[in-house]
Amino acid sequence: MPGSRNAIDVCNAVKRYGSFTALQSITLSIRDNEFFTLLGPSGCGKTTLLRMIAGFEEVTEGEIFLFGDEIENLPPHQRPVNTVFQNYALFPHMTIEQNVMFGLEMRGSSKDAARRKAGEMLELVQLAQFSARKPSQLSGGQQQRVALARALAPEPKVLLLDEPLSALDLKLRQAMRSELKSIQRETGITFTFVTHDQEEALTMSDRIAVMSAGRLQQLGEARDIYERPVNRFVADFIGETNLLDARVEAADASVATCRLANGLTLDCDAIGNARPGADVHLSIRPERMTLAAANGDPWQGTVRENIFVGTDVQTVVQLQGGIELTVRTQNSAAGVATIFDPGTDVAVDVEAGAARMLED
Amino acid sequence: MAGAAAVGGSVRSETYASARNWLLLPSWAVLGIFVLAPVAMMLVYSFLTKEFRGGVIWEFTLAAYDQFFFDRGLFGDEPAKIEWTYILIFWRSIWQAGLATVLALLIGFPTAYFIATRPAHTRTVWVFLITIPYWVNLLIRTVSMKFLLRDQGPLNDFLLWTGLIDDPIRIINTNAAVQIGLFYSYLPFMVLPIYASVERYNFALSEAAADLYADKWTTLRRIVIPSVRPGIVAGCILVFVPSLGAFLAPDLLGGAKNFMIGSLIEEQFKGNAGNWPFGAAASMILLTLVLIILVFLARQQARAEREATP
Repeated sequence: MPGSRNAIDVCNAVKRYGSFTALQSITLSIRDNEFFTLLGPSGCGKTTLLRMIAGFEEVTEGEIFLFGDEIENLPPHQRPVNTVFQNYALFPHMTIEQNVMFGLEMRGSSKDAARRKAGEMLELVQLAQFSARKPSQLSGGQQQRVALARALAPEPKVLLLDEPLSALDLKLRQAMRSELKSIQRETGITFTFVTHDQEEALTMSDRIAVMSAGRLQQLGEARDIYERPVNRFVADFIGETNLLDARVEAADASVATCRLANGLTLDCDAIGNARPGADVHLSIRPERMTLAAANGDPWQGTVRENIFVGTDVQTVVQLQGGIELTVRTQNSAAGVATIFDPGTDVAVDVEAGAARMLED
Repeated sequence: MAGAAAVGGSVRSETYASARNWLLLPSWAVLGIFVLAPVAMMLVYSFLTKEFRGGVIWEFTLAAYDQFFFDRGLFGDEPAKIEWTYILIFWRSIWQAGLATVLALLIGFPTAYFIATRPAHTRTVWVFLITIPYWVNLLIRTVSMKFLLRDQGPLNDFLLWTGLIDDPIRIINTNAAVQIGLFYSYLPFMVLPIYASVERYNFALSEAAADLYADKWTTLRRIVIPSVRPGIVAGCILVFVPSLGAFLAPDLLGGAKNFMIGSLIEEQFKGNAGNWPFGAAASMILLTLVLIILVFLARQQARAEREATP
């Protein structure tokens, strides 16, 4: 379980390259023993932040603490954190065992102790039988595990992982997800994981920091971020959603009633400054709505198309006023859910609490 | 050079095999005419009898090799003793060429590393600057060097002016002058192959080493140098081999006392005073020596390339 101590505190960290600001005043804390993910599209600054923690990028402004010690001015070789690099960066002229022993030797372990520890690490990633080989003799997935063993061997206070799975094919990536997660639990080392893949982030992380355009957009547990996105970027980037423009009709402390452009109304949890008359954005997840035969309810529309995506069918429904909604219906053997043909009029039932008001 | 050319993966299909042999014919012809034939001629001449006005008499003899290794007195009738003169010249040449190689490596590696770590668009400019001396003939450059280094030359003038020395230093006609000449002539041959290797080097490996607690020197020694070793070996060959046979720098800068193999061989073919079979024999001995060193280095190179392939 994640502890209450913070492994890493980033305080108002800014990164500028000349006039370009890559990171705009990031403040976040990574707890001891947790699997923490920095998630965002490419160019959002997540890798820059990771490299600042590792020491490969200078911090323009702000501080970084590792278990309370200020580290942003230390060179990388003096920071007790290790990195699993995106393309592994294994030393090609060394054997697998020598690769894993390298960090241990640099920290002053004797050859014997380093060899023993390297053996344990290779055992952990199930590559003990390959210790005498060169990196070029291993597959991508195996090299990936060597990189992991090499970074874990010196027992870093925090392990940094820079999109380590992005070079693997889908099946291997999925297998590595659960392996990484279980190695994290086994070793109890804090993992800080960078990815642009929201599914990867959701399945592995204790907490996720969603970044975009050099800013921290939202930080929270996976479920929290999925169900309560704070803004349009997060709602759209994590999973799929329907984004709707609306105006607040009435609001009290907990519930706000919003009217869509076509006159339909929806209730949702009130947030911050949702005063009557304010223009807001709503997010409704496709799986939180169901379709039924038209029954005179004002929430009704016409089916435009059905898209089969394996586990479910996505139905695009056009409401009055031209508003389109995507509704997911799970496939089941019993055929419980009815799929309506394009052109059919249907009633759309929005689950209570499904609509989420966004800050911007 | 033997070790420097990396053989890429080629089409191995049967269909192309015969076409490939035909296409290689021009290369073989060029190699035959310009490499094999002259060497074969040298080999033959080294076993012929000398003609006193230069040239050869077509009679087989081992006299040239005998003269190189043995001293049989002025009239050739005393018991054979080892002749040290030429062996010493060879030894001095190896030593000078080796030192020039080490110096070129010490200066060339940091230079190459510096260039390879500049932004891509400025690298070309640096490489261009390195090659500029090659737009001028080596003879002219060596003569300029002679003027630069002499007792009343700009170098001594400058040192006197700064007050670092009170009397001109004697540089010209010393081993040091030869050394400076060799180093200056062949430095770019060290810089360019190392530059090519460092440019291909994956700098993420240096980051990985730093991440695993290695300081800058350890990273250089244990990660960078082993990774760019093919370039280092190629550079060393390209400096050592021509230095070994150089005659311009020893002749013009070293004077008579600092004779090297190149000068010795050159003498034998100059004017009417030469001894062609002896010059050919000395060339064959030099060639054998170079081949032994090259085979050794090529093996090193092959090993380095095997290890550096990711």
